[in-house]
Amino acid sequence: MKITLKVWRQKNNNTPGKLVEYQLDNVSEDMSFLEMFDVLNDSLTRKGEEPVAFDHDCREGICGMCSMYINGRAHGPQTGATTCQLHMRSFSDGDTIVVEPWRARAFPVIKDLMVDRAAFDRVIQAGGYVSVNTGSARDANEILIPRTIADEAMDAAACIGCGACVAACKNASAMLFVSAKVSQLAILPQGKAEHVERAERMVAQMDAEGFGACSFTGACSVECPKSISLDHIARLNREYLGAKLTSDNVQ
Amino acid sequence: MVWITQALSSSLGRKVIMSLTGLFLSSFLIVHMAGNLQLFKADGGRAFNEYTYFMTHNPLIITVSYLLYTSILVHALMAFILTRHNRDSRPVQYAYSKPEANSDWSSRNMGILGTIVLLFIIIHMRTFWYEMHFGSVPMAEYDGKQYKDLYAVVKEAFSQWWYVLLYVLCMGALGYHLAHGFQSGFQSLGVRHKKYTPVIELVGRYFFAIIIPLAFAAMPVYVFLQVHGII
Repeated sequence: MKITLKVWRQKNNNTPGKLVEYQLDNVSEDMSFLEMFDVLNDSLTRKGEEPVAFDHDCREGICGMCSMYINGRAHGPQTGATTCQLHMRSFSDGDTIVVEPWRARAFPVIKDLMVDRAAFDRVIQAGGYVSVNTGSARDANEILIPRTIADEAMDAAACIGCGACVAACKNASAMLFVSAKVSQLAILPQGKAEHVERAERMVAQMDAEGFGACSFTGACSVECPKSISLDHIARLNREYLGAKLTSDNVQ
Repeated sequence: MVWITQALSSSLGRKVIMSLTGLFLSSFLIVHMAGNLQLFKADGGRAFNEYTYFMTHNPLIITVSYLLYTSILVHALMAFILTRHNRDSRPVQYAYSKPEANSDWSSRNMGILGTIVLLFIIIHMRTFWYEMHFGSVPMAEYDGKQYKDLYAVVKEAFSQWWYVLLYVLCMGALGYHLAHGFQSGFQSLGVRHKKYTPVIELVGRYFFAIIIPLAFAAMPVYVFLQVHGII
């Protein structure tokens, strides 16, 4: 396959970037999208040019590191998949592919296609945990949890924190991410005890990071590699409203 | 009281304000449409004029109308604040983006649709509400009682083809605004349930997005055709 790439090149967060065109003549359709970038970087290195910086780690769709905005969509044209799970067979010979980093105030560009997603970590640090001494592992089924609730919590916990929801949202809102992190704990007995403070703190941190508000377009859920449901966003709204109305936190 | 202002100025709280005012305005549309159906009565505007008299003299209606004006202002102002904040959240735009692959057009353009609806409300209130309250409206007499003849104002306004066309186009914008807005308003309040959400979506998509704007658009068209002797 012959592919024309238009890749966002940016030295660092203080310098303006631009799209740079690259020509790849020998792309196999069995390559993953990231392998295609490896080939590009290999040729750039051989030519003495600087390779394109991009995030990647597990390359099997579970780590949440890869983050490319491909042809106008987060993680490319596939749904329910990360960039590393995207293969070149999804494209045709002669295609031009535009690749950009996630764009959000809360995700500053570090270099080229790499963005700093530490904002997500700070949201988690604000309340995305259970603050008890866990001790040793408890026996299975010691705490009875209905199957449907366990499944729902698992669906929320499938979030890998890649940031595609923010990237796809017209408002760069982090509602799907934050709601998944709130949900996975709020509906299980271990997390329920702190659900009021958690909702308050995590939303406050989300706002402080400069993410937008939710317009409920549903773009996040469509582009989410784990297809996390909008149900969780409604739950976060419910959790937050309830928390603000009932918590002891007056200040 | 710090917690209230804090809650309402958070991104979620602002959406709650949008939702509550928006849903209240939606409920108003039902009343407004039902009342204005009097225009279709072939009685020379008597039922309509009696209805406008009731609407401008009933103390409960007058109280609610102030709540309504406030809701319109708050809804528009909050939308402006939210839009600006949302724009700031992405200072550098994508060079190439394909949002139609993942979301409805109306859900992404609530601001533009809302602006059209707001401009429409201003024009609409200038033509009828302002004339009724501060303008000179001819009088009509039914059973020895004097009524302001707002029906005459309606007839005059809707006799102009461009004014009718403006109304019809604006009702289209209203339809698209409500197609997303009505059901989305419930999400901001956290109302989402397997039993109720499909019903809410159905009501939003068909009743608020199609039936209500169609009924409103039918009024100027009907009066226009009547005034010009076509029906």
